[in-house]
Amino acid sequence: MIMRTLSVKRLLVALLAAPLAALALHGGAQASEAGYRLDPAPIDPNDQVSLQSGVRTFVNYCLNCHGAQFMRYNRLQDIGLTDQQIKDKLLFTADKVGETMKIAMTTADGKAWFGVAPPDLTVIARARGADWLYTYLRTFYRDPKTPSGWNNAVFPNVGMPHALWTLQGERALKIEKVKDKAGHAHVEYHWSQLSKGEQSAIEYDRTVRDLVNFLVYLGEPAAESRKRIGVIVLFVLGILFVFAYVLKREFWKDVH
Amino acid sequence: MSTRLMALWEWFDSRMPSVAQEYKKHLAEYYAPKNFNFWYYFGSLALFVLVIQIVSGIWLTMSYKPDATLAFGSVEYIMRDVSGGWIIRYIHSTGASAFFLVVYLHMFRGMLYGSYKAPRELIWIFGVLIYLCLMGEAFFGYLLPWGQMSYWGAQVIVNLFASVPFIGPDLAVWIRGDYVVSDATLNRFFALHVIALPLALLGLVVVHLLALHDVGSNNPDGVEIKKLKGSDGKPLDGIPFHPYYTVKDIVGVVVFLAIFCVILFFAPEMGGYFLEYNNFVPADPLVTPAHIAPVWYFTPYYSILRAIPPLFHSQFPGVLAMGLAVMVLFFLPWLDRSPVKSIRYRGPYYKIALGVFVVTFLVLGYLGTEPTTVWGQFGFDAFFLDTKEIATWVARLGTLLYFLFFILMPWYTARDSVKPVPERVTS
Amino acid sequence: MSDAQKPDATRRNLIVATAVVGSAAGAGAAVPFVASWFPSERAKAAGAPIEVDISKLSPGELGIYEWRGKPVWVFRRDKSMLDAIKKTDTKVSDPQSEQPNQPLYAKNEFRSIKEEVMVVVGVCTHLGCSPKEKGAEAKAEMGADWDGGFYCPCHGSKFDFAGRVYKGAPAPTNLEVPPHMYLSDNKILIGDDKKGA
Repeated sequence: MIMRTLSVKRLLVALLAAPLAALALHGGAQASEAGYRLDPAPIDPNDQVSLQSGVRTFVNYCLNCHGAQFMRYNRLQDIGLTDQQIKDKLLFTADKVGETMKIAMTTADGKAWFGVAPPDLTVIARARGADWLYTYLRTFYRDPKTPSGWNNAVFPNVGMPHALWTLQGERALKIEKVKDKAGHAHVEYHWSQLSKGEQSAIEYDRTVRDLVNFLVYLGEPAAESRKRIGVIVLFVLGILFVFAYVLKREFWKDVH
Repeated sequence: MSTRLMALWEWFDSRMPSVAQEYKKHLAEYYAPKNFNFWYYFGSLALFVLVIQIVSGIWLTMSYKPDATLAFGSVEYIMRDVSGGWIIRYIHSTGASAFFLVVYLHMFRGMLYGSYKAPRELIWIFGVLIYLCLMGEAFFGYLLPWGQMSYWGAQVIVNLFASVPFIGPDLAVWIRGDYVVSDATLNRFFALHVIALPLALLGLVVVHLLALHDVGSNNPDGVEIKKLKGSDGKPLDGIPFHPYYTVKDIVGVVVFLAIFCVILFFAPEMGGYFLEYNNFVPADPLVTPAHIAPVWYFTPYYSILRAIPPLFHSQFPGVLAMGLAVMVLFFLPWLDRSPVKSIRYRGPYYKIALGVFVVTFLVLGYLGTEPTTVWGQFGFDAFFLDTKEIATWVARLGTLLYFLFFILMPWYTARDSVKPVPERVTS
Repeated sequence: MSDAQKPDATRRNLIVATAVVGSAAGAGAAVPFVASWFPSERAKAAGAPIEVDISKLSPGELGIYEWRGKPVWVFRRDKSMLDAIKKTDTKVSDPQSEQPNQPLYAKNEFRSIKEEVMVVVGVCTHLGCSPKEKGAEAKAEMGADWDGGFYCPCHGSKFDFAGRVYKGAPAPTNLEVPPHMYLSDNKILIGDDKKGA
């Protein structure tokens, strides 16, 4: 009997382990579809200073071509801004703080100007992931062969020009296919700075970090309260479990 | 109870005695074997998840818009603008995966202890019908968020019907109501998801339970407890479902809820397995995502579909294999020729077969979530290799093993050695 | 006997305790479902307070603005209208606005913050039609003792220039005054009076 219980348990462990192992594989370091290795984004959803800096960059650099049509300005209270601050500093595309972060550019205009309409960014972080965005926004380079004059290491031949180029400056990328001693082919990326931007490399990384931090918040504004509520819910269920378990044990004293 | 309440109850009972009768028949005087183990939680849990899905689903329809131009936005509206909306939506999306997890474990219980064997064939058949209904629910429901995975998943599955010989293309157009998946498709899938299939599902659950309560529950020993009754006419190894199993199942529900809430509140996307990343991109009929994978609960069958090579330029063999993989479950009660029910008294053949089957199912499930290139290619050429992808060949082996489990079952279960089954259940 | 009763008491206590904790958990689970029926952020944004500039309203002119999907009248009354209101004191059923159909600052004869400017929801308190303005000159239609006011075409309720309902009209109460405040001399914010803020 003991043996049997054990084997059932082992089976169960195996059943549970398989999907978990798959999950772990997914969570590991990833490369973009283009093969460029993604840098982990050092974001912190509780860092309000970073989130506020991110929303400023977002409104100033992104919100001209990209909308966030499901996000209301007054929701930014989540990240420590008051209605008055939102009205004074961020409200360029709407009149009221209750409105959504829409833009005037239509899909058709966007298509005509960029080849593809710039996607809405409300849930972009949930689709792409923070690491992808963090790397993507830092790997634009000059490329005379594209219509915009810009290309990207993570997203080759992207229609979007480098919106933050005044901050980062212009860079060039040389992609080299090399073979190591064992004969395995791999790709090497050589970056070079063509012109200086307003920010140093470290400052620029921080700007993008803050922006990505905000985009992640934007993808799911309720994420932090979700975790807080979750702790309370689990606590209540824990108490309920104790009562339910004692009740069960009491009744099952009858069963021999 | 106070005399007044008592009088009220008698007034009610004399006019509608069936309430008390049904309560006794299905709860207070339904005698269940006393040796239910861990695996017997999943039946009541499936019922519980059904309630969760119905309640959260009703609430979602209050804000969801089944319109191709509004659907994606209405889901984000629920997630952001409706108070408590995100909880309701995550309950429903987590519930969908939980439903399949619980149902798979429930079905596996049936296979462990031979619960489908005579006299319980009808229970099993109703159960498989419930499973089919559930697959329909999941498929139709997955289109509703109108993301890229919703759209292209539906596109791929509907196109499977296009491979049916002769009528296929017309059939696919008829299902979509358009030449591509469109607003018309979304609207009819919505109707099927929120009305038609839930009705069918509820009806099937009722007959599943009625059939169960007519013959009585099986148990981990596969012993018929009704054969040995005490002087009071009650089974010696039976205990009334209420209160004993109600209090036990409440514990099960609480533990289930704890796991459910860990996912809901801390990992609602479950690493892309419960909510796929690409589904946060609105449906675009002109851009196909690089990698289309169904949600995890469909992936074993999706693997089978992909594993079968096209024949005469037709995908139909793969579609047929996928359909058969589900349909074969109906025949399980007649494929199993073993004289005993429970795995406890079966010989090594069945234990090995079931073990291989479980591993196969999991491997097929994993491969279905990945591109066929996931394990690379064979480094050699052989004349019989139509493809050098290792994963495709593993999936083919898995498909073979999946079907062999059923096809060979009459043979290996009849020849298997068995241990003597005790008269009474073991504790 | 006492031995047999003892476990029963334990069980009853345990059932009650589990039921209490279980109900509390159930009530908690109901919170999002109940909360979801309240106005959403979109509805709240659409129902947000509106700013009205009254500098362009000439005496005797009535402006109609939409607030929370309802017509709100901003009515600049002239001298004759204000006099008419004094005359109708005896004809209306609630001349001092005793019924709580207005914020405290509009609980007066003229039902307004400034005597000449009335802000009122233009929806009849009977069954929700929108009354029409009928000046004092409409005596032929409204009767010889008509001093001017509003007339609801649906069921014939009459109101005076302060939105006070006439005695005997089907409408039970005076027209509703929404919360409002002056941001400046000529700017009114309708929908919010910063109470407690």
